Amino acid sequence: MRQEILQILEGDSRLSAAQIAVMLDSTEEAVQAEISRLEEEGVIVCYHTLIDWEKAGRELVTAHIAVKVTPQRGSGFDQTALRIAEFPEVQAVFLVSGDFDLMVLVEGATIQDIARFVSTKLAVMDSVVSCTTHFVLKKFKQNGRLFGRNHSDERPNILL
Amino acid sequence: MISEMLNKRIQEVNPSGIRKFFDIANQMENVISLGVGEPDFATPWHVRDEAIYSLEKKRTAYTANAGLWELRVEIANYLERRFHLEYDPKDQILVTVGGSEAIDLALRALINPGDEVIIPEPTYVSYRPAVIMAGGVPVAVPTYEEREFRLTAEDLVPHITPETKAVILCYPNNPTGAVMERADLEKIAKALAEHRLLVITDEIYSELVYGIEHVSMASLPGMYDRTLVINGFSKSFAMTGWRLGYAAGPRELLQAMTKIHQYTIMSAPTVSQYAAVEALRHGLPEVERMVQEYNRRRRVLVQGFRSMGLSCFEPKGAFYVFPRVRDLGMTSEEFCTNLLMEERVAVVPGSAFGESGEGFIRCSYAYSLESLQEALRRMARFVEKHAKER
Ligand SMILES: Cc1ncc(COP(=O)(O)O)c(C=O)c1O
Repeated sequence: MRQEILQILEGDSRLSAAQIAVMLDSTEEAVQAEISRLEEEGVIVCYHTLIDWEKAGRELVTAHIAVKVTPQRGSGFDQTALRIAEFPEVQAVFLVSGDFDLMVLVEGATIQDIARFVSTKLAVMDSVVSCTTHFVLKKFKQNGRLFGRNHSDERPNILL
Repeated sequence: MISEMLNKRIQEVNPSGIRKFFDIANQMENVISLGVGEPDFATPWHVRDEAIYSLEKKRTAYTANAGLWELRVEIANYLERRFHLEYDPKDQILVTVGGSEAIDLALRALINPGDEVIIPEPTYVSYRPAVIMAGGVPVAVPTYEEREFRLTAEDLVPHITPETKAVILCYPNNPTGAVMERADLEKIAKALAEHRLLVITDEIYSELVYGIEHVSMASLPGMYDRTLVINGFSKSFAMTGWRLGYAAGPRELLQAMTKIHQYTIMSAPTVSQYAAVEALRHGLPEVERMVQEYNRRRRVLVQGFRSMGLSCFEPKGAFYVFPRVRDLGMTSEEFCTNLLMEERVAVVPGSAFGESGEGFIRCSYAYSLESLQEALRRMARFVEKHAKER
């Protein structure tokens, strides 16, 4: 039931325990107890809303920055990754395999904001060897959802 | 003048009495509908992609009359794996334009004028006209809510006559969502053993079952040689528009059906057949995902109807719920018309599926959870209002 609750909440976090209980043929109490456990254990990190900011009319620039890092004795990449993650403009940090080490997602109001962040905060860190910034030009899909298309139901009202 | 020249049988196929309701419902806008009998999911992308690829490779010619060899082999593997049915792809499987064509072919291949075909109702709307158009006589056998609309031998046997050529089973059932489990089928098989007739089993919803295992009538002892299995891709893989289905069964019957198919259709759409090969090879995990989603919606609808005080048996298959509305003192058509006018919710009167469907409505859960919940809110308001009036 755990996995199913998580899957349902990931799709729509506003569903109530009572509604989920019906979907899973369980009881409201059992589902609520499981959700509370998942929250306490930190499995459920937060209840997030996916927003198409472009549609909302807010200027928002997103960049993916490929960062090469010198690993530190004792902590490897962790210390640098956590230090980068502390910046509020950073939305996500991943350690990745391949040509570089950390993938850093940054958001800002303008390209200049992000350029400033890279040159004054990121590139100057001792362990950072290089940064390659990729600005996002258009979002097609995020968190498993397609952006921009309101899929309309083209079926008739009645069809036997 | 032309109307007099038309074939008598075609004239006999009655333009459905509730056509008027459907026309109104389909012209109305801003309707929340639970009225459609096809999946809301799009065909899985890898299947669509394979179809595109087949066009890029110029696979645009007819296939063999009976269908692409690769597809027939995949169908044979699938039927064996899923339902323990062994058919030779060489001469026991025919790929058709939807399950619909397979139904028509079977009836045309079998029926002589006056032959009777038994149709347990409520059921899918095509069988009766297809029997009439083939020159046969449809014989309706009612099934009942008290038995979850399962067919029993006691209900069936009294309708068998020397003229009976076949029985058409449709489980999981459209419109009720009823299923026939092994024990139910065994009783039917046993009762049929002493009669000389065929079973046409339309198992198009066989993948859409919840908490039970689908059992094919053809897999029961003594039934293999006298059962034609009809199945397809429309419901299981969300492929209604591709128009692809198939029939599998006894050689002589398949041979006769293939003859009709060959002269009237040539072969099923080639692009769809390549897509179907991909669906059978790699599509089952996607089917599982859709089934899981349908199952959740199914529970939401059943619980929703019960909590508004409507009697609603638990349907274990297809994507329909069939609650009883008779207790509100309206016919099912009146219920549906009033519901449409007062709350703009479209559902289908049970009477569209045979007399024994009267007093019920068919509600499909091939809709998003949000649509289902909005429809339930409106229907609860409607039911409460009319229950008070009584
Ligand atoms: C029971 C049943 N059989 C057959 C069909 C037709 O399916 P196809 O698209 O394969 O022709 C339907 C479609 O609604 C159905 O409900």
